[in-house]
Amino acid sequence: MPREEPNAYSRRLFLQQGVTLASIAGTVPWFVQQSATGMMHPLDSAVSSLAGVPEERILVVVQLGGGNDGLNTVVPYYSDQYRKVRPSIAIGAPGRPNGGAGAALELDQEAGLGLHPQLTGLKSLHDEGLLGVIQGTGYPNPNRSHFTSMDIWHTARHDAKGNGWLGRYFDNTCNGTPDPEGAIAIGGTAPLAMHGDMQKPVSFESEDLFRWLGQDLHASMKSPYDSINRMGMPDDVEPGTQASFLMRTALDAQLSSDRIRKAVAQKTLVNYPNNNGLARQLRLVGAMIRNEMRTRVYYVTLGGFDTHANQLNSHGNRMRQFGEAMKIFQDDLKAQGNDKRVLTMVFSEFGRRVAQNASGGTDHGTAAPMFLVGPMVRPGVLGQHPSLENLDSGDLRHTVDFRSIYASVLEDWLKTPSQAVLGKTYQKAEVFNPEALK
Amino acid sequence: MPESTLRPLPDRDFDFWAAHHLLSRAGFGGTPDQVRALSQLGLDDAVDFIVDYEELPTPEVGGDFQSNIMRPATEAETAAYRRAREAGDEATLSQFRMRRQKRQVADRQQIREIRKWWIERMIETPRPLEEKMTLFWHGHFATGYRAIEDSWHMLQQNRMFRDHATGNFGNLLFGIIRDPAMLRYLNNNQNRKERPNENFSRELMELFSLGEGNDYTEQDIKEGARALTGYSYRDDSFVFNERLHDSDQKTILGRSGNFDGDDFVRIILSRKVCSEFLALKLYRFFVNDAPDVPTRDQRPFLKTLAKKIRSGEYEIKPVLKALFKSRHFYMDTNRCAVVKSPVQLTVQTIRCLQTPVRDLTTLAAANELMGQSIFEPPSVKGWDGGRSWINTSTLFIRQNLAIYLLTGKRPDVYDWQLSGTRYDPSILLASLDADARGRVDPDEALPYLCRFMLGDIPHPSRLESLGEFIREHDGRIDGDRLTGVLCLITSMPEYQLC
Repeated sequence: MPREEPNAYSRRLFLQQGVTLASIAGTVPWFVQQSATGMMHPLDSAVSSLAGVPEERILVVVQLGGGNDGLNTVVPYYSDQYRKVRPSIAIGAPGRPNGGAGAALELDQEAGLGLHPQLTGLKSLHDEGLLGVIQGTGYPNPNRSHFTSMDIWHTARHDAKGNGWLGRYFDNTCNGTPDPEGAIAIGGTAPLAMHGDMQKPVSFESEDLFRWLGQDLHASMKSPYDSINRMGMPDDVEPGTQASFLMRTALDAQLSSDRIRKAVAQKTLVNYPNNNGLARQLRLVGAMIRNEMRTRVYYVTLGGFDTHANQLNSHGNRMRQFGEAMKIFQDDLKAQGNDKRVLTMVFSEFGRRVAQNASGGTDHGTAAPMFLVGPMVRPGVLGQHPSLENLDSGDLRHTVDFRSIYASVLEDWLKTPSQAVLGKTYQKAEVFNPEALK
Repeated sequence: MPESTLRPLPDRDFDFWAAHHLLSRAGFGGTPDQVRALSQLGLDDAVDFIVDYEELPTPEVGGDFQSNIMRPATEAETAAYRRAREAGDEATLSQFRMRRQKRQVADRQQIREIRKWWIERMIETPRPLEEKMTLFWHGHFATGYRAIEDSWHMLQQNRMFRDHATGNFGNLLFGIIRDPAMLRYLNNNQNRKERPNENFSRELMELFSLGEGNDYTEQDIKEGARALTGYSYRDDSFVFNERLHDSDQKTILGRSGNFDGDDFVRIILSRKVCSEFLALKLYRFFVNDAPDVPTRDQRPFLKTLAKKIRSGEYEIKPVLKALFKSRHFYMDTNRCAVVKSPVQLTVQTIRCLQTPVRDLTTLAAANELMGQSIFEPPSVKGWDGGRSWINTSTLFIRQNLAIYLLTGKRPDVYDWQLSGTRYDPSILLASLDADARGRVDPDEALPYLCRFMLGDIPHPSRLESLGEFIREHDGRIDGDRLTGVLCLITSMPEYQLC
């Protein structure tokens, strides 16, 4: 699809219904055929996903924690119903502000959709043709518990049990020897999504914690510490023992720490803002990508989306951070020349209810938009906006199962058969620009 | 020569270091004085002292928690909710949701308090084996708070594990099929005659008693699920819903009858595989958790252990006594052969070195960062344990946790203030001879400290690194210099083993 027509897919069903291998010939565009037949040769894809090759593709996952208000993120300003059930928080159409809620930024005029007024960063990504908005993502029988719904997104299973989908991706591609730097999460604990049987993600809140704090106690501590922890495995320690395993991991930890700290210490090519938690994390990710770490998947999190009361300011503030961070990160990648290698995917565990509540906020809801960012993305608004009239007891009905987005990311971006990872076959959503995937 | 029997260790071999090994594994370690006292009891009395803990006092660490934060809705509330829903009364429905969210917030606060209470109990208890076995059963019958959202049920379950900590495995199984937290966690409250839910039946065999794919078939799971129909709970108590129970004939593991849940458990206990499965779990927890267990050398011992379990009809106490007295338990290959769990690392560091407890909230947070948030196991499978605890990021957290305990330096980049009490490490060297000026000889102190903290004779290079550090500091090992040495020893990869 030519980049010049970002709106061409608005409100059209973009899932290729009923793709089967038998039906491919002649009826399906060649790029679907290519990826579908790719599934038949798992070995080929394994070869093309050898870890340690710098030109390899990278996935950055951005999690908006707490349940982001999708209707005030991608604003359906076309709808009277939207203004009616959200009298004090509905965002007005572009140029027509609704009091303190303000006016939306234009996203898709034909569809009557805008972006939250604070999402100027996202708006420029959209104008540059780097933003894909997938509307109405969710799953059947939505769960409104933060924890359960988050686990459902992380495991890609409705019972929310077992390992994470990215963990399973690594398990399936690592040939039994996971790369300890394959998956890195910024934050205290690594998200369930990245845990596999073999793959155990590395996580750290900041590079300053990914080191031994004892060296700050006294200058004389560092040298003995280094000689202890950088020795690796001495010849007289039997390989295969617990002690040798620990000595090797200790050396790995020192080397990883060196690499990450060196990467982050470097001056960035763009200026990341200081007062932005998400930008702080993406700066670390950008620095690690620039330094060609072997990491395939990075994970960052922005919390605070559980906006039950007086949400205009708090949600607006989150939106600003989110849009600003996404934009500067993309600028950084471009300045590095790495933008074509990096796909960024954004999700939240659920959206919020259609109607506002009595406290000027919104309660836990269901479907919400996902975002994909990068030059490989099919730009514009994809999929159908869920109806604001045909509700399921006050909640939106999802129009796209989020696992079809996962399936596309796995197959088309990470070149991995998705069925083995997701446990069953989901129809891929055509969210990439086939030219840019070549 | 591998030991395949439960033949006891000769008493003369039960020295200070054997007692040290026993206390690390059957508990959370102890100070040099505690280890010495234990070794002086001799093997039999030492093991009995640890296992027959009922004589000892329980720790006073509070434990008053509220039972009804998450109480079920009253009939009046249910009716009002239904009316509002039918009328589309959004304002009332929203109120209901708000109240529920408030209760959830209060309950999440309570589970955090309960978590801190248990960590403190493990630190303070004179009965370490009781807590250690409670932790074992928590990992074995893993139930996660997040999925059941009822802190009181988690606490009830924890008390059940503690009551039966070294009791009879059968009673634990009878208890777990009546436990509200587990019934909810494995959806057995939805297991009804007309619509059986197989979740509990499957995990009961796969994870709790027989092991994955051992001895049972998918058909046994289906039949077992029928036996468990109607096992549910109301508020905080088990209820057996006779109406929902399938009382017809079932065939489970080759036996037929009108079985209920208890019959199902008895059939499981009659299988040899059950004793073998339990033997392996105990072995990996207490003896050796190397990933390729069981090796050819270990298999005969495991068979002996399983036989001991069967002959004692699943009484845990005699099994533990025999295990802790066995030569096999003390073999060189089984010393320092278990990776400390995060909880073990935390509690053992405090108990052995007598550091201040510092802040329990920070300890709980550190445990979560290291991958073991108690009451929140990652899945019904529990924690994988062993090497899965260790990766490059958890290793730094582990080293920094020790720094925090020893110095008060918080493992949190935004708050580097030293907090609270200054640690006095002098008790660790109290047994060594001091010269006229009250100083101990580093050449004697360093190997002793290493072995005390690592449980093994240190690699020569370790002593060189520490020796250099001491030489740089006037050749003295006292005060802050001693704390510095402890910081370095806790940073050794070998410190993660016990």
